[in-house]
Amino acid sequence: MKIHEYQGKELFRAAGVPVLEGHMVTTPEEAEAAYEKLGGKIAVVKAQIHAGGRGKGNIIDNPDQKGVVLCKSADEAKAAAAGLLGKKLVTIQTGPEGQTVGKVFVEAGCDIARELYLGIVVDRVTCKPVLMVSTEGGVEIEKVAEETPELIHKEAFDPAIGLEAFQVRKLCKKLGIEGPAAKSAFKFMTAMCRFFIDYDCALAEVNPLVITGSGEMIALDAKITFDENAMFRHTDLESLRDLSEEEESEIRAGKAGLSYVKLEGNIACLVNGAGLAMSTMDIIKYHGGEPANFLDVGGGANAAQVTEAFRILLSDKNCKGVLVNIFGGIARCTTIASALIEASKEVGFTVPLVVRLEGTEVEEGRKMLEESDVDVITAVDLTDAAKKIVAATA
Amino acid sequence: MSILVDKNTKVICQGITGNAGKFHAMGCRDYGTQLVGGVTPGKGGQNVEGMPVFDTVEEAVQQTGADATMIFVPPPFTADAILEAVDAGIRIIAAITEGVPVIDMVRVYEKVKASNSILIGPNCPGLITPGECKIGIMPGYIHTPGKIGVMSRSGTLTYEAVWQTSNLKLGQSTCVGLGGDPIVGTNYIDLFKLYQEDDQTEAILMIGEIGGSAEEEAAAYVKEHVTKPVAAFIAGRTAPPGKRMGHAGAIISGGKGTAEEKVAALEDAGIVVAPSPAEMGEAVLKAIKQA
Repeated sequence: MKIHEYQGKELFRAAGVPVLEGHMVTTPEEAEAAYEKLGGKIAVVKAQIHAGGRGKGNIIDNPDQKGVVLCKSADEAKAAAAGLLGKKLVTIQTGPEGQTVGKVFVEAGCDIARELYLGIVVDRVTCKPVLMVSTEGGVEIEKVAEETPELIHKEAFDPAIGLEAFQVRKLCKKLGIEGPAAKSAFKFMTAMCRFFIDYDCALAEVNPLVITGSGEMIALDAKITFDENAMFRHTDLESLRDLSEEEESEIRAGKAGLSYVKLEGNIACLVNGAGLAMSTMDIIKYHGGEPANFLDVGGGANAAQVTEAFRILLSDKNCKGVLVNIFGGIARCTTIASALIEASKEVGFTVPLVVRLEGTEVEEGRKMLEESDVDVITAVDLTDAAKKIVAATA
Repeated sequence: MSILVDKNTKVICQGITGNAGKFHAMGCRDYGTQLVGGVTPGKGGQNVEGMPVFDTVEEAVQQTGADATMIFVPPPFTADAILEAVDAGIRIIAAITEGVPVIDMVRVYEKVKASNSILIGPNCPGLITPGECKIGIMPGYIHTPGKIGVMSRSGTLTYEAVWQTSNLKLGQSTCVGLGGDPIVGTNYIDLFKLYQEDDQTEAILMIGEIGGSAEEEAAAYVKEHVTKPVAAFIAGRTAPPGKRMGHAGAIISGGKGTAEEKVAALEDAGIVVAPSPAEMGEAVLKAIKQA
């Protein structure tokens, strides 16, 4: 689960990670008032969307309106908010259609001496949380990782203990931080690592991380993703979820316990298991088709879930055909077959339907489909299924 | 021989009184696995379909001599259940549960590595030595005793691979579902070591997917240490970037994780890579012929 920058900074403040004062607003008038509240010198108006690259991104059809605007007067703050709110912002991470800006964050300016990068993830190789820092702040960190990986410094830490003092010293040495800034860095880095563990983050990223003229380390951005699997022990964080940032059909799928990602093609697929679902997309493409989605109905799929899955697939206007590929393990072929028959009665299939069943209770499942009046093209294996759906939708 | 489990393995089920635990424990017993009991805290003394239920794993081990467990407890309690099994000295721990927090697994991984236990999963279908011992949720009938070692990060895709090797009359020595989570107890390299030493295993099929760098590391290991024929498949060639892989994840592995890079690393190590998921069995045949 992702949250907005302003929400992340509220959590940072509570956790002892230094941030600047700021206010989230939803109208240009509020932005004007927020500017005054911050003392009326310099403020930054920042679009709040769940995507990075906002500073370089701009509003669709208005290349001069950037996602992050430095303002020197209340009028400028008001104008910046007016230029962003309700408009679609396009960044390197949003795709060409952009994302609508519903909120902006008006934040105090500060005297920036240096811009750095800081990120924390769980490293799959060492199986430990890892703090990464770099002198290359404020730019695309993916680019740094690819072109100059030696400029990214890493320290793994024990979740029970957190970052040790010597690890901060090592990182400060590599970043060229000394004096009062080193003291501030210790406070900042240890608090960030503690925050990562306490909130079960999947990603916590601060880019840029700045050092002010007086040697204070401050988070100028906050990009946080929580581990969905750990939300049961953070029920208070649910209120931070912004559903307007998510694809409608993906929210619907999430509610039904389905794992769904919408894609651009026209062959919808319904599969059990993530690996098989990805492979089904692969084999559709291998035989010349384009998958319309990734959909994993999961191991324990029941009739209600599968029916909802068909509703979601068929509501996609691009959908020209559906491929059902089930290898029953926990999920039984009979469950899928009866759900398919139910769904057909309820939503009606107006597009070709190719079904490939294998695994638990396969004979019974196939028989149910044969005896029903659903118009099904049956397939004997994966290749057969892919070829038939590609032919039927060509 | 086979790896990890065989007809002598004595298995308990943690979470045997729950729906999924009971259903699959009985499925394993029906397959022929030596199921000797189950554990559910607070329900010791009961029995499930003739199987004794214990309050603790320690007690279950003392009373039954169990050396393997399959875990079906809900995600908030899975880490604790694994640690309890490690503490009781269980040799093979298969954690089937899906949805365990990653931070929990950081702690568990350290403890497991410092012990003599082997953890398979979590978020996996389990493991099976066909005809001898099934621990997990895979449909037993698709397997046949044979000579291919199969390992995978994905559940149903493993069934697909097993089915193909069964239809080609190759059969399987032992099949292991490693699990789809970022941190799992056992990785490809751990199993390559075991398959390489196992007499029954004549060739190895490895099924990977996009994300992380486990497949690249496995490829490097195979190049140096594995003399048996190896075939592979990578799922997710058409998956869009960014949807499953976080940005920082891509950073930590230095930009690794795409299907193209994984396939290139595997082919460089002399591994036969199946171009489509329908050709995993064929790829194994090809690898054997090449050897």
